[in-house]
Amino acid sequence: MSLTHLERLEAESIHIMREVVAEAERPVMLYSVGKDSAVMLHLAKKAFYPAPPPFPLLHVDTTWKFQAMYALRDKAAKDAGMDLLVHQNPEALDKGINPFDHGPLHTDMWKTEGLKQALDKYGFDAAFGGARRDEEKSRAKERIFSFRNASHGWDPKNQRPELWKLYNARKAKGESIRVFPLSNWTELDIWQYIHLEGIEIVPLYFSQPRPTVERDRLLLMVDDDRFPLEPGEEPVMRSIRFRTLGCYPLTGAVESEAATLPEIIQEMLLTTTSERQGRAIDKDAGGAGMEKKKQEGYF
Amino acid sequence: MSEGDVIYRPEALIAEDIDAYLEQHQHKTMLRFITCGSVDDGKSTLIGRLLYDSKMIFEDQLAALESDSRRVGTQGQEIDFALLVDGLAAEREQGITIDVAYRFFATEKRKFIVADTPGHEQYTRNMVTGASTADLAVILIDARKGVLTQTRRHSFLAHLVGIRHIVLAVNKMDLVDYDQPTFEHIVADYRAFANRIGIGQFTAIPLSGLRGDNIAARSDAMSWYDGPTLIEHLEAVDLGLDERAGKSLRMPVQWVNRPNLDFRGFSGQIASGSVRPGDAVRVIPSGKTSTVARIVTYDGDLEQAVAGQSVTLTLADEIDCSRGDVICAADDPAEAADQFEATIVWMAEEEMLPGRNYIMKIGTQSVSAAVQPPKYRVDVNTLDHLAAKSLGLNDIGICELATDKRISFAHYAENKDLGGFILIDRMTNATVAAGALHFALRRAQNVHWQAIDVSREAHAAIKNQRPRVLWFTGLSGSGKSTIANLVEKRLHALGKHTFLLDGDNVRHGLNKDLGFTEADRIENIRRVGEVARLMTDAGLIVLTAFISPFRAERQLARTMMAEGEFIEIFVDTPLNVAEERDVKGLYRKARSGELKNFTGIDSPYERPENADIIIDTTAMTPEQAAELIVEQVLA
Repeated sequence: MSLTHLERLEAESIHIMREVVAEAERPVMLYSVGKDSAVMLHLAKKAFYPAPPPFPLLHVDTTWKFQAMYALRDKAAKDAGMDLLVHQNPEALDKGINPFDHGPLHTDMWKTEGLKQALDKYGFDAAFGGARRDEEKSRAKERIFSFRNASHGWDPKNQRPELWKLYNARKAKGESIRVFPLSNWTELDIWQYIHLEGIEIVPLYFSQPRPTVERDRLLLMVDDDRFPLEPGEEPVMRSIRFRTLGCYPLTGAVESEAATLPEIIQEMLLTTTSERQGRAIDKDAGGAGMEKKKQEGYF
Repeated sequence: MSEGDVIYRPEALIAEDIDAYLEQHQHKTMLRFITCGSVDDGKSTLIGRLLYDSKMIFEDQLAALESDSRRVGTQGQEIDFALLVDGLAAEREQGITIDVAYRFFATEKRKFIVADTPGHEQYTRNMVTGASTADLAVILIDARKGVLTQTRRHSFLAHLVGIRHIVLAVNKMDLVDYDQPTFEHIVADYRAFANRIGIGQFTAIPLSGLRGDNIAARSDAMSWYDGPTLIEHLEAVDLGLDERAGKSLRMPVQWVNRPNLDFRGFSGQIASGSVRPGDAVRVIPSGKTSTVARIVTYDGDLEQAVAGQSVTLTLADEIDCSRGDVICAADDPAEAADQFEATIVWMAEEEMLPGRNYIMKIGTQSVSAAVQPPKYRVDVNTLDHLAAKSLGLNDIGICELATDKRISFAHYAENKDLGGFILIDRMTNATVAAGALHFALRRAQNVHWQAIDVSREAHAAIKNQRPRVLWFTGLSGSGKSTIANLVEKRLHALGKHTFLLDGDNVRHGLNKDLGFTEADRIENIRRVGEVARLMTDAGLIVLTAFISPFRAERQLARTMMAEGEFIEIFVDTPLNVAEERDVKGLYRKARSGELKNFTGIDSPYERPENADIIIDTTAMTPEQAAELIVEQVLA
């Protein structure tokens, strides 16, 4: 009875989550409402069943997510029997930071700063994130238990050795650990697992006619009336879906007819561009964009 | 490489019948492997080629790669695959691999996780990190250079961490005109070395990562080679999962699941064997037995669970079982012991301190462990056994170690989950070493404590006192000995049986073989602790006056004593005050450089964080201090 690769990945993720709960004082699960978060949450339910996952969900909100994401966020937390903490950076809120006027500052303030604020505010010493090693070059180098100093920074040149499945969760007061239980999953694994397990995901992943405009070669969805249209510009209905979800003004859609999971997977496998291409965040600061952001405390 | 001959063409199936494709993909097994070798042997290029050939590189990545290749690549106008895997800014700058990178690809039969591990000796710990989870190692050799020091080092390490499948990939065959004798010469060289370190079998493949020869497709240029291509071999290797499932049950308990009073489950990942409801189990190290009631999962109870699965077991009886215990087959349980021989790979800049207590994490157990000076160190280039007093960064040695309590374990070769461990520094929390247990030392298993008729309680009772260790710590000249003397006089006057162990006196006798290096200071304190413990067994109140500058050693002494019998007294005198007093003239000598490793000057003093009694000598006289201590000790 050999385990399949998905069974091995599932068992590994569950093992990782239980280690964190056994060793950390105050763990939390970062929940971004995307497909990876959905899989991570599902695995957490499995890891601790019949108990509910013994930690809260934390959503670091930018106020600019898709409406459909907010709806699923609240439902998913309720279904799992978990507390949902929502943090919005008060300074960003105060200054009205938005992706249209503030460029990279939007991500820095809402996401990076917001995340650090939330972790400090609640004193979380271990935070689960849904990042995968196949997403991006610096992620491919990161440990499953990724140690962060007291100012949340990552030191890529001095990572703790991580042998077998012996994770060193020890840290001094103020330091913390980011934990990536999906490290060894690929995009295909995630989709296949969602399909097999019947995990609920945001409908935006499925194709449907939606109001869109084109900006800087990205196809954006007009999700609410905060979207500043150019004079005379009219949203155009297009059959679109999203391969990745973030802030709606920063997330490019793809034109697609894929309306079921097998169709999505089919499209994903036959496509010729990588998943994160639809996101603006990786391209800042040249090839080392993500590494730099992680050193500053980004997930 | 033959035209149009690629590994895997799933597009047709994906396009025509996605459900059939998903069904096929769902049942793939997974192989994890590492690539290692010398600096310029082409590891990253090989991985880039595997990803490229299996179509795991998307158009946008390829476009970025092409532009990067022209800008900073080393292949002229051609694609430099290495840029695809070297992900950190420092790596791209320096053109070297610093840390292990994980990459993913799949063929028709398997999914693969590749760990690209660094070649430089200074990053050995990162290589070991990648190797520890691998089923197979691809050892690359540059056909022009043959077997090098790094080849030997990596082969030794791969074998050490228990990788059973070794592939000798003789790379860059295109640069030696695909010459068969060159290949065979290298294979013969390697075989001679491999046999010496116990690698019985390996698979040698001549290839070119850059050109794609014998990677996915058979090379027309090397018709003399009739073995498998690299991919064919990776697809066919036996994962050994069935073998693991066929052994006796071992499940380290990670977490006790207790959502309410009616449910108590033990969660863990099965390390070996299989389990069914009704199976008799034994919990190690306690030895308590029960039977498995249910195998609980989110998807419903299971009839059976096997090695590799993460499950939650409930037992028929309410027995004591918690994180760190191992649930075993009742008729063939794991061994338990507290003294071992192990191979240790040291991974920290600071060298190993024999005798110091490190945190040892093994399975789900965390215990305190002290490592003895190495029996020997292995020179991985010559395989010579070298004498060593300690281990430094990247050293590999054979050591004995002792844990503060019995732990369940297995020989590493039998079960990595129960035989592999890491050591963590108590102060910095850094992972400083990795190790593999060989066996328990016989004395731990078979030597029982001498049964003593007159117990320690009897010794204490006849003296009408509770045994105590009053452990005075503080800088040289802080007043430890003065105060300890006064305390002993008062206790003696009150009819108490005492004994004072003073730093200077002990150093003239018991510890006269020890100097003042960090290692010697640790051994000094260990011996004093042992003597103090024997004296408490005799019922005495022991007073010790030693600088004892390191928290870890004071903690070690504390753990030697019975609960509540160790009282840490911090004689808190600021350095400038102690130096001003300079009763023995030692600070002057230390300042002039005449005395080395002097606490407070060129050796640290770690202030106690949770002393039981703190004496501020700038605020009270020695007499007042002694009064206070006696009061608290007899309270």
